[in-house]
Amino acid sequence: MNSKRLLAAALVSLVLPLAGTGAYAAQPAGTFDQVLPAKNRIDFVFKQMNVPVKGYFKKANVDLVFDPAAPAKTTVRLDLDLGSVDAGSADANSEVVGKPWFDLKTFPTATFVSSSVKPLGGDRYEMTGKLTIKGKTRDVTTPVTVTQNGNTAAFDGGFTLKRLEFAIGDGSWSDTSIVADEVKVSFHVEAERRAAK
Amino acid sequence: MNAPDQYSKPAVIVHWMIAILVLVALSLGYYMTDLSLSPRKLQLISWHKWIGFTVLLLFIPRLIVRLTRPVPAPVDTMPGWQRAVASITHVVLYVLIIAVPLTGWLMSSAKGFPVVYLGLVPLPDLVGKDEALGDLLKSAHEVLTSGLLILVGLHIAAALKHHVIDRDETLVRMVPLLKR
Repeated sequence: MNSKRLLAAALVSLVLPLAGTGAYAAQPAGTFDQVLPAKNRIDFVFKQMNVPVKGYFKKANVDLVFDPAAPAKTTVRLDLDLGSVDAGSADANSEVVGKPWFDLKTFPTATFVSSSVKPLGGDRYEMTGKLTIKGKTRDVTTPVTVTQNGNTAAFDGGFTLKRLEFAIGDGSWSDTSIVADEVKVSFHVEAERRAAK
Repeated sequence: MNAPDQYSKPAVIVHWMIAILVLVALSLGYYMTDLSLSPRKLQLISWHKWIGFTVLLLFIPRLIVRLTRPVPAPVDTMPGWQRAVASITHVVLYVLIIAVPLTGWLMSSAKGFPVVYLGLVPLPDLVGKDEALGDLLKSAHEVLTSGLLILVGLHIAAALKHHVIDRDETLVRMVPLLKR
């Protein structure tokens, strides 16, 4: 954190309690686009033999531009380092980077690029975009809840994808009675407001 | 029947159910561990866990039967030291039949894999996910299993020795079909 931002944060923390004494503390205007990479989280849950197994990705790069006043103009891009996966166990981690699963050598990165965002009322939005994994692109739609806290906003959401649509776990692993087709994905991203010019 | 010369029918049934399940779980366990990860392996691991939990469940009726039904006395011809060894073996077998599946369940929880009995009933996690604890519990599960394997071997060898060499009624009391 640079000194300017620190000063701004200090000012905000001073002013916010005062503003709170008014009838309603209006959120300051402005666009969120300074993603805090350390806060990014991409989690997933899949079922093997009906047993829920949790995993996550350690490295995800997110670019986003979100203006609460013009949500339809939101743009989001995710570049996900598939090699940073933790699929729940050492065995699974060495298995999942192989050819039948992510085929990491050929496809090291998964991407998501938003194509539209529409408000659902309140803090909720619906985002549609193109998800590309292993060279296969599919449209996905996910709800997103935006929690604004001063100059920081948290974006949370989740959706279910079908792994076989992306050929994740093909060959003998395509038996969905062992590893289910559905994978629940959830994400958490935080961004700060663009510094005033 | 004040002094039965047979185990009660419920005792015989529950003994053999547990015996068969333990032998299957042991074989599956030793076989599946060295397999490389595959759908087959995941399936076998699940079956192994289901069988282990069934053994735990069956232990409840087993204990009730043991505590409520009279147990036949050891055959008259048996020397004192053999009676002592038999009692100790039985007690340790009971303990291991509980401890082995329990450490398996604990280990599964610690490694972050909940047990879903028969693929239908999610069992509670006994401990949270913890890699180091998981490895420790895995060792415990393996050591106790080796102990169980040795005692099962001893138990079977002794039963056969009574039947084939001593030609007494010891085994017949648990296998009514063998009655001469």
